[in-house]
Amino acid sequence: MILECENLSKNYGSVKALDNLTLKIESGKIVGLLGPNGHGKTTLIKTLSGLLSKDKGKVLIDGKRIGVGTKKIVSYLPERSYLSPEMKIKEVVSFFQEFYEDFDAKKADAMLGELSLDKESKLKSLSKGNREKVQLIMVMSRKAKLYLLDEPMGGVDPAARDYILKTIISNYSEDATVIISTHLIQDVEQILDEVVFLKEGKVMLHSDVDELRMEKEKSVDALFREVFSC
Amino acid sequence: MVWKFNDEQPIYQQIISQIKERIVAGEWKAGSKLKSVRELALEAGVNPNTMQKALAELEREGLVYSQRTAGRFVSDNKEKTDRLQEEMTMECIKTFVAQMEKMGYKKEQIIEMLNKYISENK
Repeated sequence: MILECENLSKNYGSVKALDNLTLKIESGKIVGLLGPNGHGKTTLIKTLSGLLSKDKGKVLIDGKRIGVGTKKIVSYLPERSYLSPEMKIKEVVSFFQEFYEDFDAKKADAMLGELSLDKESKLKSLSKGNREKVQLIMVMSRKAKLYLLDEPMGGVDPAARDYILKTIISNYSEDATVIISTHLIQDVEQILDEVVFLKEGKVMLHSDVDELRMEKEKSVDALFREVFSC
Repeated sequence: MVWKFNDEQPIYQQIISQIKERIVAGEWKAGSKLKSVRELALEAGVNPNTMQKALAELEREGLVYSQRTAGRFVSDNKEKTDRLQEEMTMECIKTFVAQMEKMGYKKEQIIEMLNKYISENK
């Protein structure tokens, strides 16, 4: 079991962002974390990555409480970049290399090479799609046990989305788990093993994608639209 | 042939039927080596676990086989592939006939129409 959350709660003032959330996820899976805006996706991911502290409940990653030990095995792609736009690509690479023992600079260089990006370019000079790609390459070049990707395809064109999905499929190691939070269900559906629907800070549904399609005879995307229709 | 998936069926089932089509069409030749799970997954744009599940099922049906170190191969058992071809052909005919009957054609009319179509579209 790579992830265990039990009765996890987090409030922002009077708003319950996570409400007694219980969730278990096994190793070796690609999991879609789905839900409308404001239903707890980012809060959950930030809690797992150690950026937010929980108010109540239990969280274990690979059997450990959130802390230095879990940060070593969790590779996190935030929704908004924390990298300075003034940084050059090669500086980003050495930044990751310095920070993370499990970072494979050769792998990162090879992937950057395939994109034929100039390592001397600053992040701010790149297109949004290329910026996202560079950050994903950094995150996927770590040999982590749990990858947390918060909206990895937000606001990029379809070709860049394909690239991002392929990079995820080809780079996670077989015993690692990838959690992808997104609204773009149709785009990620084919690569997911499982889906988790979050509603008002609770797990509303957690299922194997193929079983769900078999049972409901519709795509996860169609089911999502039905469940969360306004 | 490109991989294409619909929204209704589980992906692994769709992979299974598309691989069967490839075997019957000879696109995947009897006895030939398959690409690795990860390569195939990447090519189809699906999760490697899903591809693995589909290949395991095809293995169970005897249409592909694994050799411990060498990888996976398309079965060279002609009996098996012939039977697969027959099954798929029958499936195709069944769908066609059912569709025609739904439109109100009698069996004799269907044969007549089919003959007419074939002779006109040589």
